[in-house]
Amino acid sequence: MNSILEAMHRSIRPLLGALRDLAPILIVIVVFQTLVLHQPIPNLGNMLVGFLCVLAGLALFVKGLESALFPIGENLANAFAYKGSLFWLLLFAFLLGFGTTIAEPALIAIAAKAADVAAGAALISNDAASKETYADGLRLSVALSVGLAILIGVIRILRGWPLPWLIVGGYLLIEAMTPFAPNEIIGIAYDAGGVTTSTITVPLVAALGIGLASSIQGRNPVLDGFGLIALASLLPMVFVMIYGLVVLG
Amino acid sequence: MIPLLHDILNTLSNTLDDIAPIIGTLFFFQYVVLKRPLINLDRILIGLFMVILGLTLFLVGLEDAIFPLGDAMARQLTDPAFLYAPGEVPTYLWQDYLWVYVFAFAIGFATTVAEPALIAVALKAEDISAGAISAFGLRMAVAIGVATGVAIGCFRIVSGTSLWVYIVVAYVVVLLQTARAPKMIIPLAFDSGGVTTSTVTVPLLAALGLGLASTIPGRSPVLDGFGLIAFASVFPIISVLAYAQISAWMIRRQSSPPKEEENAL
Repeated sequence: MNSILEAMHRSIRPLLGALRDLAPILIVIVVFQTLVLHQPIPNLGNMLVGFLCVLAGLALFVKGLESALFPIGENLANAFAYKGSLFWLLLFAFLLGFGTTIAEPALIAIAAKAADVAAGAALISNDAASKETYADGLRLSVALSVGLAILIGVIRILRGWPLPWLIVGGYLLIEAMTPFAPNEIIGIAYDAGGVTTSTITVPLVAALGIGLASSIQGRNPVLDGFGLIALASLLPMVFVMIYGLVVLG
Repeated sequence: MIPLLHDILNTLSNTLDDIAPIIGTLFFFQYVVLKRPLINLDRILIGLFMVILGLTLFLVGLEDAIFPLGDAMARQLTDPAFLYAPGEVPTYLWQDYLWVYVFAFAIGFATTVAEPALIAVALKAEDISAGAISAFGLRMAVAIGVATGVAIGCFRIVSGTSLWVYIVVAYVVVLLQTARAPKMIIPLAFDSGGVTTSTVTVPLLAALGLGLASTIPGRSPVLDGFGLIAFASVFPIISVLAYAQISAWMIRRQSSPPKEEENAL
């Protein structure tokens, strides 16, 4: 009996947490819909079912995060630090970034849209084949840059380079490139930084960085463990602008 | 019920496709390169299943319930028929769009609070800083940053000013803050810029940006519709740094009023 109660308690707590996290969305929708737009909420039944899905989904995700994604990332980081094989560690870092980005649905959608924009501005010829080549090239450059960013970030943790210099240098480079890049690529380049870091990648990458920083002597997990995601959002901007300069001229 | 089930299965297979390369990479390195079996394999597999199922339900629910409504609301709020009384000549001045900025702020804040990736990073930060960084405080700081950024981003679309001016100014502010903020927060602050813009926030912001850019004359949906995400990535850096600066300032003021000022700040 006690164990059943405990199990219930354990499964209700994440649900309550998820409810708290989702409450602001509900409040915004209800307030704007009724007080500002003066309209009833359409398909109330559907809305409620969908909302319950979101609620259960968020609770499950957060629970799984702590029992799977974090331990996997940390385990690997510890094992690499213990084994001390730089080559495999760097290859892993690159593949983690590259593999998670090349399949990212948000990036596929944005790349296709970007190809339409470029074709509309007559920068590439307006047929399916050349649009696809352009979109694939865009995706490949973003995926390469994310892989490279995680790799550089891991080297940074190993060497203990200060993050602000890398970030500031990166942004200065971006600002210096912006005036020369074609107009049609700038908006996409700036957005590419944001879309690359997906919900599964972020916890893994965070756990990898923190795991590495905690298992290497002289590194502080707070100071050195974070920063991988920042690099992974910065480098795609550089690469997409380079791609725009090379392909669109 | 049947279409919902269909949606769930569809999204589940997409999520599986999406994360197959990651899982493959992880297991290859764990078992082939490092040759170290995972501790608690069954617990990890159950957790992985929970992550995949959770993300699937989350996405299905968002797409079925929240996105269509958010989409419709963004379109209604930016519609000239809502902004101007019948018979009034639409002027498309930035002052007329007050509700749009309020909505952008509110929805930016609300979606960031629900962002799973941010929850993950905030939990990790609280964990390794031994509670010095509070997960709740960090998430609120990021959410306020996104909200402010998105509201300003909407103002930019309405007023038709150029994107890069805002971004350059924002990064100059970030640079100045980086020089003075407590060192411990800097990597985390930069990370929160990238974390905020994933599953929940991006689609809603895209709808808002497109709604604005397509109803205001002289704006191009392709050029102006993009760019809100850039705002949502820079402003959280500013707000997280500011949060750390304010907490450090308050702690100093409380603990040692007569002491000499520190050089670092």
